[in-house]
Amino acid sequence: MKKTKNLLTAGRRDYLISFGIVILAFAVVQTMILTGNITSSLKGQLVPICAYIVMAVSLNLTVGILGELSLGHAGFMSVGAFAGIVVTTSLADVIPFAPLRLALAMIVGGLLAAVAGVIIGVPVLRLKGDYLAIVTLAFGEIIKNIVNVLYIGRDAKGLHVSLLEPKFELAEGGKMIINGPMGVSGVAKLSTFTSGFVLILITLFLVLNLIHSRTGRAIMSVRDNSIAAESVGISVTRYKLLAFVISAAFAGMAGTLYAMNFSTVTAAKFDFNTSILVLVFVVLGGLGNIWGSIIAATLLTVLPELLRAVRDYRMLIYAILLIAMMLFNNSKLKVRLMEKRAAKRDSKLNKEAD
Amino acid sequence: MTFLSYLISGISLGSVYAIIALGYTMVYGIAKMLNFAHGDVIMVGAYISFCATSYLGLSPLVSVVLAILVCTVLGIVIERLAYKPLRQAPALAVLITAIGVSYFLQNAALLIWKSDPKTFSAVAGGSIKLFGGELTISAVTIVTVVSCIVIMVGLTLFTGHTKMGTAMRAVSEDKGAAQLMGINVNTTISVTFAIGSGLAAIAGVLLCSAYPTLMPTTGSMPGIKAFTAAVFGGIGSIPGAMLGGILLGVIEIFSKAYISTQLSDAIVFAVLIVVLLVKPDGLLGKHVSEKV
Amino acid sequence: MAMLEVTKLGISFGGLRAVDDLSMEIEKGGLVGLIGPNGAGKTTVFNMLTGVYRPTDGGIRLGGENLIGKKPHEICKMGVARTFQNIRLFGKLSVLDNVKVGLHNEVTYSLVESVLHLGSYGKKERAMDEKVLDILKVFGLEGKADVLASNLPYGQQRKLEIARALATDPKLLLLDEPAAGMNPNETGELMETIKLVREKYGVTILLIEHDMKLVTGICEYLYVLNFGKLLAEGTPKEVLNNPEVITAYLGE
Repeated sequence: MKKTKNLLTAGRRDYLISFGIVILAFAVVQTMILTGNITSSLKGQLVPICAYIVMAVSLNLTVGILGELSLGHAGFMSVGAFAGIVVTTSLADVIPFAPLRLALAMIVGGLLAAVAGVIIGVPVLRLKGDYLAIVTLAFGEIIKNIVNVLYIGRDAKGLHVSLLEPKFELAEGGKMIINGPMGVSGVAKLSTFTSGFVLILITLFLVLNLIHSRTGRAIMSVRDNSIAAESVGISVTRYKLLAFVISAAFAGMAGTLYAMNFSTVTAAKFDFNTSILVLVFVVLGGLGNIWGSIIAATLLTVLPELLRAVRDYRMLIYAILLIAMMLFNNSKLKVRLMEKRAAKRDSKLNKEAD
Repeated sequence: MTFLSYLISGISLGSVYAIIALGYTMVYGIAKMLNFAHGDVIMVGAYISFCATSYLGLSPLVSVVLAILVCTVLGIVIERLAYKPLRQAPALAVLITAIGVSYFLQNAALLIWKSDPKTFSAVAGGSIKLFGGELTISAVTIVTVVSCIVIMVGLTLFTGHTKMGTAMRAVSEDKGAAQLMGINVNTTISVTFAIGSGLAAIAGVLLCSAYPTLMPTTGSMPGIKAFTAAVFGGIGSIPGAMLGGILLGVIEIFSKAYISTQLSDAIVFAVLIVVLLVKPDGLLGKHVSEKV
Repeated sequence: MAMLEVTKLGISFGGLRAVDDLSMEIEKGGLVGLIGPNGAGKTTVFNMLTGVYRPTDGGIRLGGENLIGKKPHEICKMGVARTFQNIRLFGKLSVLDNVKVGLHNEVTYSLVESVLHLGSYGKKERAMDEKVLDILKVFGLEGKADVLASNLPYGQQRKLEIARALATDPKLLLLDEPAAGMNPNETGELMETIKLVREKYGVTILLIEHDMKLVTGICEYLYVLNFGKLLAEGTPKEVLNNPEVITAYLGE
């Protein structure tokens, strides 16, 4: 039974590294805050970093674990963001305790994003490869466009919703929550670094558990060979959709977290570029590598801040670094090194066994 | 009559999309990559033409030739430096690199030309009036549609009847086999990028002649839409790109005119989704199924 | 009643008739071979039996139940498992996990237990590990449990595919050229393993194979396909002495 023990430790290593990094980083940042050693710009980035980490981990579920390229992940973030805002604004009088209100908002945001995930996933997941990618892109843009013309107001009678223009009159004391292209302004900033930290822990726990379960194996089998997966009794459609929807739900929660950090939020924030940004985190962190996503999301969000000294050139440098990293990651040198390592490990295992 | 004039602007915009989509589709067919930087080459082409006319006082026609030259060279350089080393790499790595190149071009443009929008002056002035002045067709529209047709015919003849064109088709079918047949795959791919980027320069000039605001981000959205058009028509297919581009332009203008300006992009993308669900390989795409 | 009844099975791709009027009956516990020249339509028959292709006409019944129109994963649940001519493993999963995927519908727990690792998760996962190791032992792969499937030597990849198929607890096991690419020693070893599998798991086996030594060595009955049609059937001895079969294989 020695071998299965090895496997369990291999699984545990993922948990250990992922949680280790996050808890350590949280402790370091908290110390920096307490001792006053943190720049205000970095402080402002803390919640967005947490949101991007959750986004990256959730997108990794679609791209790395399920193996389907999605270019519209920001759309789910948008659904979560605006749903969350409606919930917190509506419940402001009922639930004065902010963390509870935020948690409820995240749950609703996650659920609505999951619903969007089902609506999009059912048709989209029948397509393959680049076609699937372009359709997710299209859905992401459609969500952006719709939220851009969405008007939601609330008064004593309840919520009023309309598209294209505000077709409702709010009674006295009523309040416009989402105001079309102007988006939302005057949001109570409920998100804190601690709430972001907790959301990351929950996400990591659930996602890592999922990967190391029969469901996760089924999803990965679809990624590696869908025809073989079907032949051993896995419903490819079911597991594709499941992974896609779970991924959307986490993106929704990340969206709520993100939105509650700013007083003004517009639909344009969650566009194609945001989807791409998160995809870059996932690819640079390594497909299927959860703690890689965490590190990449953090570093690449902080990087432009660190390059502040070279102000005008920072995005240019960012672009060059991105290209250079991709070229290095796929260079003959790197590939040879990795192959040598993997072959060594497996030939050792092979030898032990024979 | 307004319907007709909307239709004409739709075809005109669609022709620009078609020219961009032709570049996308050729590169995709041969290199099997989504070149997300393609839209930004459009922007560079427009800036070059703008500088040539505004700062150097060159004639519009010369400025277009200059833009084509610069973009062609740019396309080849990008391919050599950024994409060629990734020939064996996973598709996703190439995609991210293309995004890196896109960021690079946008931010380089931002440094060179700053963020304030430039007002592009059209390459062709004047207009003709039909039906006693009820219908006006601008010279830009005519130039755009004619360029698009000429390019489409030219490309079809080129890929069908020249040695290089045959090499391109061979490489897009099977890189390995083409190489064994003595085709220089690297040169073929370079030529494809050169043609695609040259077309992008033309598209840039035409786009900005019709919609004169020029900024470093000018190319992104038309780039994405043209890509959509290429997929819509069946990616890899030259007539498909043309058909997809024109349909997309017409749908966009009609949605703006009759439904909603703000939702026109959403409608365009919704049509794409519906088409792909009914015809998963696009309107004129080839179906390839996996052998079990 | 036979375990597998195939009646007048046929399929066309466009104008091409790939398989035509094929009838077969396989008894429970049988070990039957499906042979024929390249391109005869053997793999197409497997693809129809497993729901990858939908036959244009004819019927397939397993233990009396109709299989036509069922999806591949449903057919697997009904008791048909297969291997592939061009090996299809889950390359980035370990050997252990490859076989565990095969147990997907055998050992189950809910999605909630999956994401929370509560309830029967631990118990079921351990039960799976044990079952998998039992199966791997049959193929001499127990020591390779944590090697990535794509890093296994070729011969062991073929064995792992059979192991994964067995994990689904099939009534009928379809093996598509299990000995392809193996040397005579390995083939001999594989023949013993296939016999052992039939005894130990009480499974009915239908196999496609070009290696005549293997086919005549272990199959009790053979079906010969040529140009999509049944050319002959019978015991290996009968079939090999059939002049039509000899012509089909060697040419005129």
